[in-house]
Amino acid sequence: MTDVPTHATHLPPRPTVVRADRDGVADATVKVDVQNLSFYYGAKRALEGISLQAQTNRVTAFIGPSGCGKSTFLRTLNRMNDIIPGTRVEGSARIDGQDIYAPNVDVVELRRRVGMVFQKSNPFPKSIFENVAYGLRINRLVTSKAEIAERVEESLRSAALWDEVKDRVHDSALALSGGQQQRLCIARALAVRPDVLLMDEPASALDPIATQRIEELIYRLKSQYTIIIVTHNMQQAARVSDHTAFFWMGKLVEFDRTERIFTAPREKLTEDYVTGRFG
Amino acid sequence: MRARSQDLGFRLTTGAFAAALAAIVIGVGVALVSQSWLTIQKFGLGFWSTSTWDPVAGDFGALPFIWGTLYSSILALLIATPIALGIAVFISELCPARLRTPLVFLTELLAAIPSIVYGLWGIFVLVPAVRSLQTHVPDALRALPIFAGPPLGVGMLSAALILAIMVVPFTSSVAREVLKSVPVTQREGAYALGATRFEAIRAAMYFARTGIVGAVMLGFGRALGETMAVTMVIGNNPQVSASLFAPQYTMAAVIANEFTEAADALYLNALVEIGLVLFAITLVVNGLSRLLIWSMARGARGPRRKPAGAAA
Ligand SMILES: Nc1ncnc2c1ncn2[C@@H]1O[C@H](COP(=O)(O)OP(=O)(O)O)[C@@H](O)[C@H]1O
Ligand SMILES: [Mg+2]
Repeated sequence: MTDVPTHATHLPPRPTVVRADRDGVADATVKVDVQNLSFYYGAKRALEGISLQAQTNRVTAFIGPSGCGKSTFLRTLNRMNDIIPGTRVEGSARIDGQDIYAPNVDVVELRRRVGMVFQKSNPFPKSIFENVAYGLRINRLVTSKAEIAERVEESLRSAALWDEVKDRVHDSALALSGGQQQRLCIARALAVRPDVLLMDEPASALDPIATQRIEELIYRLKSQYTIIIVTHNMQQAARVSDHTAFFWMGKLVEFDRTERIFTAPREKLTEDYVTGRFG
Repeated sequence: MRARSQDLGFRLTTGAFAAALAAIVIGVGVALVSQSWLTIQKFGLGFWSTSTWDPVAGDFGALPFIWGTLYSSILALLIATPIALGIAVFISELCPARLRTPLVFLTELLAAIPSIVYGLWGIFVLVPAVRSLQTHVPDALRALPIFAGPPLGVGMLSAALILAIMVVPFTSSVAREVLKSVPVTQREGAYALGATRFEAIRAAMYFARTGIVGAVMLGFGRALGETMAVTMVIGNNPQVSASLFAPQYTMAAVIANEFTEAADALYLNALVEIGLVLFAITLVVNGLSRLLIWSMARGARGPRRKPAGAAA
């Protein structure tokens, strides 16, 4: 973990294509590049000097004990924390080389490009169809009825929900099961065609079968998206992710290929955590 | 053992109080029916559709009072609802944290002012203002039935305005509570899809829609039963008129004004029957609005439990 000087904002964008990794697997393009990021809730610092990169078509997992800042960090990537008064960010976060905290950034457009799925599924109290169409409508991405219907179907298919709901897309979304609601929220996020998908413990409220479906879905989606997932379930991180970041008390302790984090971590703290000795 | 019996005693006592409440409601209804039995028998449904109010001749029709109550309450609702919702949204979503407490305090204060004080203010401020407004209505408009009549000041518009002022703090506090109960994940869900602040607020209001309708109806229920302030500014003239400026009458006002002078039994029964209808309408309106608010709050807490065996 090399520390980059602060105010990385003023540095030229880093080269985005990196060489083959020591494990022999080719690295992909860097999509999200965070340098020395700190985050404050008022006077309280929740994140300290985080630097990491997430790659296109890869799944990056954040693990760590509860309260270590995983959600906070995830939410800095679509500036969701902006809506909490009194919060503050230092350092830089770039997506496609562009600093997302630069003054000229359109936050609404950023959030369209960086989709988010929450821990507790949060469908709107509308029909399944209208839930998926919501983002299309507010962003006026497509306007004709036929195009909207097409996008809704496409998104529901991508989220592996279409077959289960195709006969009742105009029924209330609240009648779906917990797992279906969460896949609906994924479909809703996919409908606006983001490049990055942030997921905050998307399966933590689900039963094992629904969890497995979400994990399979993540695996299929990664060919099209950059996926970052928070999980407190280490087996899940091991199963779905390519890279894993271990957070502890607001700091990034270790960030590496998932395999290495779970088999040969460099830090003692990481080893203790992944072997279940604490947390 | 002791804990068990204490528990039982507690449940019995509180249960008895709850039963007493239901008994009171039913008892009031029964008393009203029995005290208005003469007019119920004599006029039947005609009581509600005729306009004569002649205590001397013993001929009673309640239509002008029903009309006046509904007209003033609905008009008040139309004026008060956008203002109340605007205040609720401003306080719960937009205003700086520093301003929130004083504003909430102020609305609660307005809700606590006795109705008779609003009535006095109405007589000295509102009525002259409405009178001068009426003298400024252009002649072309004055030909329309809703602007017809001499400039008296007292009348339907003054009553509706004062009702609106009284209802605003009430509706806005309930609407504010309702908005507060919307889970933050609903707003965040909208923001995450690229919603602007305005769109996120709309999403929250959509989530809260049944509760908001409940808040508005609760205000309506309040306007229906309001007596003193309205009596002081509406003009107390039983007539069915579309005019905003015409002096009219309401159900609550006629009971308050005429009850002490009602000398014969039929006259008294007629007033009590008006009370019966007011009772029934407000019961239904308030019951329905509470039900809406309650069902919305229940929805906000999550419609279903986690599936059994949920992953840790
Ligand atoms: N809205 C907030 N205001 C103040 N502190 C917060 C807020 N949200 C989270 N925190 C604090 O920030 C720290 C990190 O929280 P969080 O990012 O939710 O952790 P995790 O997702 O890893 O469990 C915790 O100490 C938590 O109490
Ligand atoms: Mg979290």
